[in-house]
Amino acid sequence: MTTMTAQATQVYQVFIKATPEAIWDAITKPEFTSKYFHGVTIETTPEERRSYHDSELKNVGEVMEYDPPRRLVHGWISYYDPVLAAEDPSRVSWEIEPQESGYSLLTVTHDQLEGAPQTAVNVSGTGWMMVLSGLKTLLETGEPLAG
Amino acid sequence: MNDDDRVFKALADPTRRHLLDRLFQRDGRTLSELESELEMTRFGVMKHLRLLEEAGLVVTRRQGREKLHYLNPVPIRLVHDRWIDKYTEHRVSALAELKTQLEETA
Repeated sequence: MTTMTAQATQVYQVFIKATPEAIWDAITKPEFTSKYFHGVTIETTPEERRSYHDSELKNVGEVMEYDPPRRLVHGWISYYDPVLAAEDPSRVSWEIEPQESGYSLLTVTHDQLEGAPQTAVNVSGTGWMMVLSGLKTLLETGEPLAG
Repeated sequence: MNDDDRVFKALADPTRRHLLDRLFQRDGRTLSELESELEMTRFGVMKHLRLLEEAGLVVTRRQGREKLHYLNPVPIRLVHDRWIDKYTEHRVSALAELKTQLEETA
């Protein structure tokens, strides 16, 4: 890539051999998130989502939709970098749809990134892909991705 | 055909790789936009997009009357994790083993 720009709407989708309930727990319970989400502990309530690394606040977002085990929509502001923290909040939607033979389809849409170009670059590339690949491995094998 | 087969098959065609490159540059395009950049019939482009969608490499979203196409890079990442990492890891561990053996006998 010559210039570092990224899309203002990013869509990521993955089939996971797990129930919607298991996926919902893995994305909302802090004891699971630390195993695949860049090592951060994420606390999600119907009001707010906060992620921490060693008790340092990394990301905060207002929860806009909280519909277990199918749909979670929350805001996204990263605090670990002053450039990212100064950008507009963006939005992340998690949609979980049950499929045939024990699979579920997880779609993560990160949008409203128009006012957050550096965040857009930051989460694209391997960002969300690593998270989703790690989540799939964790749910299907019970093991975090070797890294 | 399993998921990996579909991904490899989808990537085996230059037009489909070109479509993915176009979406990588700018996501959320309509069929008409994608079609205008290719010397191919609308039906041909649709056929390629359908194969990409079946392989999970393209995800579509409806926005009003338009159907927008987005690149989904996750299946490529999974192929990378399953295939490429597997071999590089062995190579690295083989080298590590060689080093241990050589140093033990030295």
